Amino acid sequence: MATKASRSAARVMMAPAVVLLLGWMLVPLTMTLFFSFKKYLPLRGDSLERGLDWVGFDNYIRFVSSSSFWPSVQTTLIMVGGVLVITVVLGILLAMLLDQPFWGQGIVRILVIAPFFVMPTVSALVWKNMFMDPVNGILAHLWRFFGAEPVLWLSDASLASIILIVSWQWLPFATLILLTAIQSLDSEQLEAAEMDGAPPQKRFWFIILPHLSRAITIVILIQTIFLLSIFAEIFVTTGGAFGTRTLTYLIFQRVVDSQNIGLGSAGGVYAIILANIVAIFLMRIVGKNLDA
Amino acid sequence: MGQITLENVTKSFGSTEVIPPLDLTIEDGEFCVFVGPSGCGKSTLLRLIAGLEDVTSGQILIDGAEATTTPPSKRGLAMVFQSYALYPHMSVRKNIAFPMRMAKIPAEEQERRIEAAARALNLTDYLDRRPGQLSGGQRQRVAIGRAIVREPAAFLFDEPLSNLDAALRVGMRLEISELHERLKTTMIYVTHDQVEAMTMADKIVVLRAGHIEQVGSPLDLYRAPRNLFVAGFIGSPKMNFIEGEEAARRGAATIGIRPEHIAVSTDSGPWAGTVSVSEHLGSDTFFHVQGTGLAETITVRADGEVGFRHGDRIHLTPRDDVIHRFDEQGLRIA
Repeated sequence: MATKASRSAARVMMAPAVVLLLGWMLVPLTMTLFFSFKKYLPLRGDSLERGLDWVGFDNYIRFVSSSSFWPSVQTTLIMVGGVLVITVVLGILLAMLLDQPFWGQGIVRILVIAPFFVMPTVSALVWKNMFMDPVNGILAHLWRFFGAEPVLWLSDASLASIILIVSWQWLPFATLILLTAIQSLDSEQLEAAEMDGAPPQKRFWFIILPHLSRAITIVILIQTIFLLSIFAEIFVTTGGAFGTRTLTYLIFQRVVDSQNIGLGSAGGVYAIILANIVAIFLMRIVGKNLDA
Repeated sequence: MGQITLENVTKSFGSTEVIPPLDLTIEDGEFCVFVGPSGCGKSTLLRLIAGLEDVTSGQILIDGAEATTTPPSKRGLAMVFQSYALYPHMSVRKNIAFPMRMAKIPAEEQERRIEAAARALNLTDYLDRRPGQLSGGQRQRVAIGRAIVREPAAFLFDEPLSNLDAALRVGMRLEISELHERLKTTMIYVTHDQVEAMTMADKIVVLRAGHIEQVGSPLDLYRAPRNLFVAGFIGSPKMNFIEGEEAARRGAATIGIRPEHIAVSTDSGPWAGTVSVSEHLGSDTFFHVQGTGLAETITVRADGEVGFRHGDRIHLTPRDDVIHRFDEQGLRIA
């Protein structure tokens, strides 16, 4: 911003967006905080009109000490970790592949982004009914073609199946960010390394991977924030059964299935804290990136 | 040892022939400069020697041994790139150590060579910094250091000074020349700047459109350019070319006379004209003279104290013994 006038003009023009976003965030956040300290069981006759009982940190303690809490944390970690590993590793490989000049590069690059445009609910349904269905799914046909017994993906390998579906959705995102990072690598650096006697795998390890390190960190952090809140894929496929109940899904069950709004809100506050820890790291790294 | 021979080397990108058949020998210990306008194929030629591009046909011999299909790392050559191509995430020390690390040289030996290179290149205080924290000249020295420690048969420089400012360029030019004097290793240096070529080279190779126009020592090229292209390319300011009657009188299609071989005076001389621009450099003055009837502009170099101005009428006297004569094809008449 060059002048005082343009600075205040910018402020005025940004104000509507900021106010709207703040309202959008603050109202639900305050309500969640409010409910998390109250006993609120609508089926037992609790309602806002009659006033809710203040229970202090009871909900928080109960949420953590429930027998489903730690398994759900474990499931969350496995799911987020699994998706991250798959998307980053395959993303790097795909990005290096797409960086090579080949015929039809533009179209292929657009096709690669395609899965990202499909709604999570839709993609989960497509995977569930068209790929993983034990009778009519493509995978079942493939298994039978080779004389094998079709796998009951969503009940026998439920967590792995969901990881697969989510990875398929997020792979394009990782690939695109890593592709732009690879494209910014100075080709003379690779040539210099080649002259210095580094074979391809060492060029990858010593030159390409360090160059990608910041992009990889950003991919990991952004994805983590979004992956922590995965819901549709679980709801549509397993409904939280067969060991696929994540923290997010547990909160959903506490509020909707058990009709315990106070307990669910307390879980929501835990989730907010967790997401913010990741966000702080993300903002620091992105901020550093902008300075450099 | 570092003798490099190119035999009938050609290079085509698709159907475009960038280097037509070309023969060249670079002797051991020589400082050889490839010079030419941009797009003349000089960088491509260097990359062919380095092995970063494959030759389309022909042979490359290093010390008499066939090296046409040898991968770059096995040719024993070290290259300094235009962009320096330092590894940004490694410290200067690690950058310099990288080729030795790839060659699995023992750590003590690595350390010894790094210390020696750092001392030679004034980098001792910067060994633990990252390339991003260094100035352009220091980065250039790191790139040279990374080349030196490999103890290569020859150094290849690809326009190494073109990213530096004018003052630094002069300094680095001297440093590279001194380095060559000390190491006595073959160096091949690509530039589009004829001043760098003249000041540094033992042997200059003038290239145009992939063809070698002339090979020779700087003074050979200055004194006896083989054709009009070389005559116009070597020397600053450019040689004056005069066609027509004045040339025919001397039995040539075109004659060339360098600005420094023309004397100026106010009253006497065979040629006369009007000063259009005078550039005072202090040590020298360049006059651009028009209206002589010989060529559009004649450039003259005079002593710094000669003070003609725009519009002054002056007389010019060429030194007859250094007039270059060229025939219709633009070739030199001996």
